[in-house]
Amino acid sequence: MLVRRIKMTQIPWQKDVDAALEQARASGKPVLIDFSAAPA
Amino acid sequence: MAANFIPVKVHIKEQKQVFDRFGAPWTPTQIVVDAEGEERHRVEGFLPVEDFLAQLELGLGKLKFHQKRFTEAEKRFVSVCDGSPESGGAPEACYWAGVARYKETDDASHLGRAGELLKERYPESEWARKASVWLH
Repeated sequence: MLVRRIKMTQIPWQKDVDAALEQARASGKPVLIDFSAAPA
Repeated sequence: MAANFIPVKVHIKEQKQVFDRFGAPWTPTQIVVDAEGEERHRVEGFLPVEDFLAQLELGLGKLKFHQKRFTEAEKRFVSVCDGSPESGGAPEACYWAGVARYKETDDASHLGRAGELLKERYPESEWARKASVWLH
């Protein structure tokens, strides 16, 4: 499983959904949106 | 993960409008959105890492399935069904693996095999009940 080796803390999270959707259209990659209420 | 997704994290205190836009009334919620902006998979509530990663793989499978890339979809579903059989997403992945194989081959026997697998491995799951219609 490709994603199994990923460490969650190393994920390069972005904050701008629309910018990410634009990148998705350009790259063909899907967007994963994490909705959080956890303390920063 | 960056190899498979463009990851975005939004916080309820900073971007409540994004929660409303995507209909996310609870946290944590994760959704997989395809390049056309269509939601293809949703996870609501906390999951241990292994379960979460299995859900992401399941989401990638659904994405490929909607693109009619059935061989790639099946590979993703099988990696959850057989690679993470204890995960919560495994029964659903086994179901969709059978469907993807059927769509790829037009051979309905794959649905029956998926139904048998679900009946044997996850008899109490809703996915076994959904697949029961494929059993003879």
